[in-house]
Amino acid sequence: MLSGRAASHKIAKQFYRERALLMRMMNGRSYWVLGAIFIVLLILPPVIPRFYTYIMALMFVTGLLAMSLNMVVGHGGMFQFHHAAFYGVGAYVFGLILKKTSLPFWMAFGAGPIAAAVCGLLIGSFCVRLTRLYFGMLQISLGSLLWAIVFRWYDFTGGGDGIYGIPMPSALSSAKSSYYFILIVVAISLAVIYLIFKSPFGATLLAIRDNPARCEAIGINVRRHQVAGIVIATFFAGVAGVLFVVLERSVFPDLLFWVLSLEIFIMCLLGGWFTFLGPLLGAAITVALRTFVGIYTEYWTLILGVILILLIFFLPEGVMGYVMEKFGSQRYESGDRG
Amino acid sequence: MLKVTDIYKSFDEFMAVGGADLTVGEGELVAVIGPNGAGKTTLFNIITGQLKPNKGSVVFLDEDITNLPPYEICKKGIARSFQIANIFPRLSVFANIQVAVISQQGGSKRLFRPAQGIAVEETNAILESVGLLDKAGNTAGSLSHGDQRILEIAIALGNDPKLLILDEPTAGMSPEETNATMDLIRRLAESRGLTILFCEHDMDVVFGAAQSIMVMHQGRTLIQGKPQQVRENEEVMNAYLGEE
Repeated sequence: MLSGRAASHKIAKQFYRERALLMRMMNGRSYWVLGAIFIVLLILPPVIPRFYTYIMALMFVTGLLAMSLNMVVGHGGMFQFHHAAFYGVGAYVFGLILKKTSLPFWMAFGAGPIAAAVCGLLIGSFCVRLTRLYFGMLQISLGSLLWAIVFRWYDFTGGGDGIYGIPMPSALSSAKSSYYFILIVVAISLAVIYLIFKSPFGATLLAIRDNPARCEAIGINVRRHQVAGIVIATFFAGVAGVLFVVLERSVFPDLLFWVLSLEIFIMCLLGGWFTFLGPLLGAAITVALRTFVGIYTEYWTLILGVILILLIFFLPEGVMGYVMEKFGSQRYESGDRG
Repeated sequence: MLKVTDIYKSFDEFMAVGGADLTVGEGELVAVIGPNGAGKTTLFNIITGQLKPNKGSVVFLDEDITNLPPYEICKKGIARSFQIANIFPRLSVFANIQVAVISQQGGSKRLFRPAQGIAVEETNAILESVGLLDKAGNTAGSLSHGDQRILEIAIALGNDPKLLILDEPTAGMSPEETNATMDLIRRLAESRGLTILFCEHDMDVVFGAAQSIMVMHQGRTLIQGKPQQVRENEEVMNAYLGEE
């Protein structure tokens, strides 16, 4: 009996050692790939036309937005239907502070995401009391309320016209410097999101996605974890909103409109919402389609629609999910396979 | 250890549990039996907080836990498995248990530490004791039905409970699997010093394993006592013969 136990212990140890080695190798490889991509992104701007620099910066911003949404949708299993509201709040708070006050840039930069996270806390606390679709419906209505306030409060927010010509520090005056700023902030944000995703909290969130009732039975306060997930996700949506203003120097109510929320939801599906980097890819694809197909036809959403239909039939796990399965190490990059 | 007194629970007009009493002593293996629809699962759901009773009380270790939410009751030391395989299908077998251990250790709020190295020892020990170690890396949803039921129990062990509640642990299993599972449960009870409360409608299983048996019929407790007493009780015989 005892020797049998010792033997299986040995097997287990060996199994875990091998697995750990394998994971390190795979992680090592993917770090190299990521590092290489990052360097390419660093040296690109001087050699490509300005327009492409702008498009790529837009992809990063949108990508961060989609990644933040996926924290609650793909990893948390919540129906976060109005994520754009928090993106817009971040952008507006940042823009308004820079336009109307003389507070320093970094304060405005911090205030945007924090304001978004506070809205996330308030709205999220209500939403987690409902389940699934009702969660989503309540969020659409509360988020739309924010949109309506921004849209109607003409004196303060500029109403439907938005705010233009938001002043930026001189260090961010050129398209290139704002590209680098955005690249670095997005890279840091993604690293933080990755850390959270890999943490015990992230593991718990995955478990809640899979089976909230069971989570309650193993001693997890599901609602509190869900709210925490929403707060973190909306914080990063706020970061994306701030970066959007850095790029565009303007804000407008469409940033909080539910149509945009739908769009980022689609980005997550498109890229693969059970993968870590999928939403980033989905965002890049969507921005590219809008830009390049948009040149030929204003009905670019038609193309997006067709792609989405094909996707649902042929790549139900998203583009990234497909790539991971075909070439990759693990289907879910998450390490949630143990 | 656990004392359930005079529980009533109705869903709309239907009285699922009407007057259930149950006592579980420290270290005992207690079974609840009764025909389908007798209210066994409802009673368990009330004990572990998934449902709130209309009337009655649940006392665990001299503390009234009647209206606490499930996650608080779990923290008091009661873990449970469910009648249908209630696991985390997309996570690995390892992660299924690890998340329970992390929750038990109060680490699920940690944001910036890799989960990979946390609670590995404890999780492996549980995997080993239930015999799922070689499947640790598999996706839980891909396990066979029998293994999923075992995993179900293993997740509950992750909370390191004092009292383990198992809702029909052998439902849907073949006779061999049933025997193996009952052996496992007995072994766990011994090695971990667990108190176990389970329900079952297979009579052979119950009378072979339990030290104390509570019989439910139409939501009501008929009797609780030693297997011998229960076997000889007239009311029980009527209830069961009436069924057949």
